[in-house]
Amino acid sequence: MLYHSNFAGERHRFDTLAAVMACATPARSGDALAGLAAHSAAQRVAARSVLADLPLRQFLDVALVPYETDEVTRLIVDTHDAAAFAPLAAMTVGDLRDWLLLPQTDAVALAQVAHGLTPEMVAAVSKLMRNQDLIAVAQKVRVVTAFRNTIGLAGRVSTRLQPNHPADDPRGIAAAVLDGLICGVGDAVIGINPATDSVPGAFSLLTMLDDLRERYAIPTQTCVLTHVTNALEIIARGGPVDLVFQSVAGSQAANRGFGIDLALLREAHDAALSLNRGSVGHNVMYFETGQGAALSANAHHGIDQQTMEARAYGVARAFDPLLVNTVVGFIGPEYLYDGKEIIRAALEDHFCGKLLGLPMGCDACYTNHAEADQDDMDTLMTVLTVAGCTFLICVPGNDDVMLSYQSLSYHDAMALRAMTGVRAAPEFEAWLAKMDLLAPDGSIRALGDGAAGLVHRLTGTGLAA
Amino acid sequence: MTDAIADRALWARLRAATPARIALGRVGHTLPLEAVLAFQLDHARARDAVHAPFDAEALAADLAPLPTIVVDSAAGDRAAYLRRPDLGRRLSDNGAARLAQAIAADPALGGRDVAIVVGDGLSATGVQAGAVTLVRALVAQLHGLSLAPVVVARGARVALGDAIGAVLSARMVIMVIGERPGLSVADSLGIYMTHDPRIGRADSERNCISNVHARGGLSPDAAAAVLGRLLRESLRRGLSGVDLKDPGEALPPPFLEQDALDD
Repeated sequence: MLYHSNFAGERHRFDTLAAVMACATPARSGDALAGLAAHSAAQRVAARSVLADLPLRQFLDVALVPYETDEVTRLIVDTHDAAAFAPLAAMTVGDLRDWLLLPQTDAVALAQVAHGLTPEMVAAVSKLMRNQDLIAVAQKVRVVTAFRNTIGLAGRVSTRLQPNHPADDPRGIAAAVLDGLICGVGDAVIGINPATDSVPGAFSLLTMLDDLRERYAIPTQTCVLTHVTNALEIIARGGPVDLVFQSVAGSQAANRGFGIDLALLREAHDAALSLNRGSVGHNVMYFETGQGAALSANAHHGIDQQTMEARAYGVARAFDPLLVNTVVGFIGPEYLYDGKEIIRAALEDHFCGKLLGLPMGCDACYTNHAEADQDDMDTLMTVLTVAGCTFLICVPGNDDVMLSYQSLSYHDAMALRAMTGVRAAPEFEAWLAKMDLLAPDGSIRALGDGAAGLVHRLTGTGLAA
Repeated sequence: MTDAIADRALWARLRAATPARIALGRVGHTLPLEAVLAFQLDHARARDAVHAPFDAEALAADLAPLPTIVVDSAAGDRAAYLRRPDLGRRLSDNGAARLAQAIAADPALGGRDVAIVVGDGLSATGVQAGAVTLVRALVAQLHGLSLAPVVVARGARVALGDAIGAVLSARMVIMVIGERPGLSVADSLGIYMTHDPRIGRADSERNCISNVHARGGLSPDAAAAVLGRLLRESLRRGLSGVDLKDPGEALPPPFLEQDALDD
């Protein structure tokens, strides 16, 4: 099938739907690396005009990644909710953009169509939307999940406390946890990326985190971000697994590169549910994604990286996750070159995840070879908060000393709360108040008596010893 | 006052347990300026390391009396290098011609046991400072194996070593390359080894020794000793990569307690 445009006097031709999608995508290094990007800025806009006129149904009729050979496509197609799609069935992609922006298209209306939308449809419409459109629509979506606290309520942004240590030293990790708690961070999850990916290592870190949480009586969940097969093994050995973590991508081949398939995720989901450890809810999965993951595994099927990313959300939503985040700037400048590309991608990812019904968070981050710095992250955390981002990842002093990249800091979370008034999950906030860490305006108090006083209140911890 | 002293002592203990930037204090709802500037300096050093020009000719001169050949990858400049890893894995036409000429002039240079390539990678600073010592330590581990001229490559990704090794018809290629700078270490080197190098080798067909640096990483001699064991095992078994394990003792961890106390 050919796709033509006669846009403002210029004729453009696109041979495939994949080419229309790729060429319509805002410029980014990963699509150029894959040889998929528009040849000119004008061709990019022409592709958007073609995309705007395409019926949404086109994405049900044309599989960008073949149904027969890709289980992610089969999942997306086989679980498509035709009844939920019915109100949108006559729309073009451009019509959808306009409908999303209408004031009467509210949280209820958006929730009703979520399962009628496919990842490809939301990727397509995002390409027609400016950053402000992505923010305005995402802000209206409400996705609430729960485990030991309630995440995603209006006016709230949760945070993941990421206390990584280059040698997985338990005291070092505990020190970073305490420092984060004092800044009011950690209601989404206290989650460690282990330096060494082994079952015994992850088991002992998990036990340490669980003890810490129990002793402090913190209404949150803990996680060691180890491979799903390790989590299954830890569950089998009786380990205290709150959340099962896994990186996921948008094609069967890319997921194979991660050492997973859908059956394995189902098994892990069932195993985590069987532990019944949640107190206020039963969302037990935690997924991370990121544009470029499929391309870097050479498993992108000639599809642009943003569409492949949205397909990863198609995988995630099959497992009712507590948390999903894009690790947006982590993968490097060959996929997202600079602060502008990272910020755009983060807003796209957040929008697409939310529209599909996911509790979408973000690791607002960059590596040292990307053209980005903390000023870009300040901008990103602010726009994401306005967009209603579910949670943000925070590390001590913006510096992850294990993964060697820069993210938001505990202090950034405090600054955000003070600037915008967004609050932590209600159960966690009540705990902060009990610890005398919460000011009446919702900001985080400086401890009058320093950390020793807090540790004294948290008696019985090994930290003060 | 007693509380304040107890507090300081507690934070000192906590800080000693991790190199992470904890206990930074606060001004209002954000960081004190001192912490902001310390972070900016570390980031600036890492950025400078990524973008520092690589003086390949000076490095080649420092490697004397070892014979050397300087080549460029197909990535024309640093911006292209960062955006297009595929170009950094390919030789420039000029570079390929230079290697071919060297072999045409002296056919005995082809078909050697080992080729060593030194590439700037993501830290020209690290390579400029540490590669000569590391290459000499590696050469000392060859124990009679024949060595091709050392190739110094600008704009290099790891797999460029395979392209160079293939042109030189070397049995093994060893790539010494600058690693992506972190905030605490901006001059770390990595060593990659491929048996029967040729274009298209997968990452899983290479062995890697990373974190060769002076801030709690591997010393050049320790890294070279591990490489020496891997090299002989690789030649004996005719393969490299995930199926080849270091037959010696386990690698030391890349991080030592001492680092936590440095700053």
